Amino acid sequence: MNWFIELREGLSISWGAIRANKLRSALTTLGIVIGVVTVTLMGTAIQGLNGSFLKSISSIGADVLFVDQASWFIHTPQEWIESQKRPALTLAMAEELEKQLTLAAAVAPVASDQATIQYKKRHSAGVTIVGTTENYERTSGLTVAAGRFLTAGECRGGRPVCVMGADAATNLFLNDPPVGQKIIVGPHQFEVVGVLDKMGGFAENGGIDDQVIIPLPQYNHAIEENPSYEFQVKAGRLDQMDDAREELRAVMRRLRHLAPGVPDNFAINQQDQFLEMFHQVGGTIGAVGLFITGLSLFVGGIGIMNIMFVSVAERTREIGVRKAIGAKRRTILLQFLIEAACICLLGGIIALGIAWPVTLLLNQIMPATLSPLIVGIALLVSLLTGLLSGFFPAWRAARMNPVDALRNE
Amino acid sequence: MGTETVHALRKVSLEIQKGEYVAIMGPSGSGKSTLMNLLGCLDTPTGGSYELNGLRVSEMNDNQLAEIRNREIGFIFQTFNLLPRSDALRNVELPLIYAGVSPSQRRKTALKVLTSVGLADRVHHKPNELSGGQRQRVAVARALVNHPSILLADEPTGNLDSKTGAEIMALFENLASKGNTIIVVTHEEDIARQSRRIIRIRDGLIASDETVTR
Repeated sequence: MNWFIELREGLSISWGAIRANKLRSALTTLGIVIGVVTVTLMGTAIQGLNGSFLKSISSIGADVLFVDQASWFIHTPQEWIESQKRPALTLAMAEELEKQLTLAAAVAPVASDQATIQYKKRHSAGVTIVGTTENYERTSGLTVAAGRFLTAGECRGGRPVCVMGADAATNLFLNDPPVGQKIIVGPHQFEVVGVLDKMGGFAENGGIDDQVIIPLPQYNHAIEENPSYEFQVKAGRLDQMDDAREELRAVMRRLRHLAPGVPDNFAINQQDQFLEMFHQVGGTIGAVGLFITGLSLFVGGIGIMNIMFVSVAERTREIGVRKAIGAKRRTILLQFLIEAACICLLGGIIALGIAWPVTLLLNQIMPATLSPLIVGIALLVSLLTGLLSGFFPAWRAARMNPVDALRNE
Repeated sequence: MGTETVHALRKVSLEIQKGEYVAIMGPSGSGKSTLMNLLGCLDTPTGGSYELNGLRVSEMNDNQLAEIRNREIGFIFQTFNLLPRSDALRNVELPLIYAGVSPSQRRKTALKVLTSVGLADRVHHKPNELSGGQRQRVAVARALVNHPSILLADEPTGNLDSKTGAEIMALFENLASKGNTIIVVTHEEDIARQSRRIIRIRDGLIASDETVTR
C-alpha cells in the first residue's frame, strides 16, 4: 500500500471522524485558531516595524561612508574614553581625501552645532546649523523643493547664504515663502537661497528636515573656528562599497601616518551599523514576542493532544477490528496523525481568515500586511502543531494489542 | 494475571486440512478464545509453533502477521464489529484497501461478494440501518472478500435470534460446500453439530476430537 493511497484513505477517515463530532472538533480547533491568530499578528507586526525602520534609515544612504572621530555605536566605557583621546579630523584631510580617493563620487566635510535662528520677530531654538561644501547635496541625498542648493563658489567664497530643511523653514516662516528672505543665524545674517524637500526618517543630528545649511567658511566665521568635523564620502557605486571603504581606510591611515599593525584612530561608519544594531535589538524583541504568542499556540496543541487521546480511547474497538483485518501499525499511526493534522490545518485556515481583516485594521496604525511568507509560515506552524500534538496518541493507537482492543467495550 | 502466570493453553496439538468445517467447543475459561486468537494470527504462542499454509506464522513479527491476517484469515465476530460510520460497501472494501487494491477494482469485488450473500440492495446502508442478520452477512462478505484460507467465526449467532441465526448457519453450510475452510468457535452444542468435526477444549487441553455423525 503506497503512501499516496494511505494518505487519501487517512484523509477520508479523518474527515468522517471530524464531521461525526462537530462540536468537539470546533472547540478543539478554537484553541489552534487563537494560537495561530496571535502568532500571525505578532509576525505581521514585527515585519511591519522592520519595514518602516528600514525605510527610515535608508534616508542615510546605503552608499555613504561617514568618517568620524568615534564609532556611532560605543559598546564599552573604555571605548568611549579611548575615542575621546583621538586626534580631531581636519579640513586639510578632507581636501586630501578628495584628491586621493578614486572610488568616491563626492567628499563633504561637515561640521554642525545647535543654535537659534531668527526671522523678523520669530525665533526657532535648537535648530541644527550645518557647515559644509556643495558636495553635501550629493552625499546626503537631499532634494531641493524651492530655490537651489549652495554653489561651489558660494562655499569657497563664503557668501552668507543658507539652505533650509523643510521643517526648519515652516517652523520659522510659517506660510511665508522663505526663498530670498534674510534670517539671522548666530550673530550674522544669511539669505535663504533654497528650501529642501521633506526627507522624513532620522539621521545623526535629528534629521535634515530640521537643518540650516551654510557654507563652511561662514560656519567657521559665525559659529566655530575649529569645530570637529565629520567627512561624508559617497561611494561611486553601491556594489563597490567594500572596496571604497577599504580605500578610504587606507588613505586615512596614510594621512594619519599610522604604521601597519597600529589600530585606526578614526572610525568609518556606515548605514549597515544601524541595520546591525537594529537586527540585534529588533531580533530580541521579536523573539520574545513570538515566544509569548507561541505559548498560546502551545496551549492549543495540548488541547489537540488531549482530544486525540480521547478519540483513540473511544475507537479502541475499531482499531482492534482494523488491525484484525490487516491494518499495519503505520497505517493506524498515519490515520490518527492525519486526523490531528487536519484539525490543526483547518484551525490555521480559519485563523488566517480572522487575521486578514485584523491586519487591515492594524495597517491604520502602523505598516502591516499579510505577506505570502507569513501565510505560508502560519499554515506550516499549524500543520507541525498537529503532527507533534497528534503523535503520542497516534503512537498509542498503533501499538495497541488487537486482542485486547477487540475485547474493549 | 496478577503475579501468577496463567497458561490459557497447555500442550495443544492440532491439524486442520483445507476445506474442513470444524467447530471448537468449550466452556468459558477453557482456552478456546486463546486458541482462536492463535489460529487467527492475532497473537503468537509463547511456546510451540503454528504453520498456516506452509508459512511459519508463529515466528513472524507484527507487520508480517498483519499481512497474513489480511490475506489468509476472514474474521466473523459475535458483535459483527462493522465500522459504524461507513456503509456496507465500504465495510466490505476494508480488507481490499489494506491489501492495496485499486479503488475501481475493489468496488467491483466488494459489490460481487455483497451480492453473493444476498445484500445487493443494501450496499449503501450504514450498519445502524441494517438488521442483525444483515449486519452479520456484511461481516461474512467482508471476511470473504480477500479469498482467505480460513474463515474464523467467533460465536457467529450469539447476537442473533434463532431464525436469523439459522440463516447465517445456512450461509456457512453453503460456503463449506463450496470448499471454504471454516472454523467456528462456540459454546452452543447445536451450532457445533452443524459442522463436520468437533474439537472440545477443557482447561487448556483438547478433551476430544471427533467427526460429526448426522
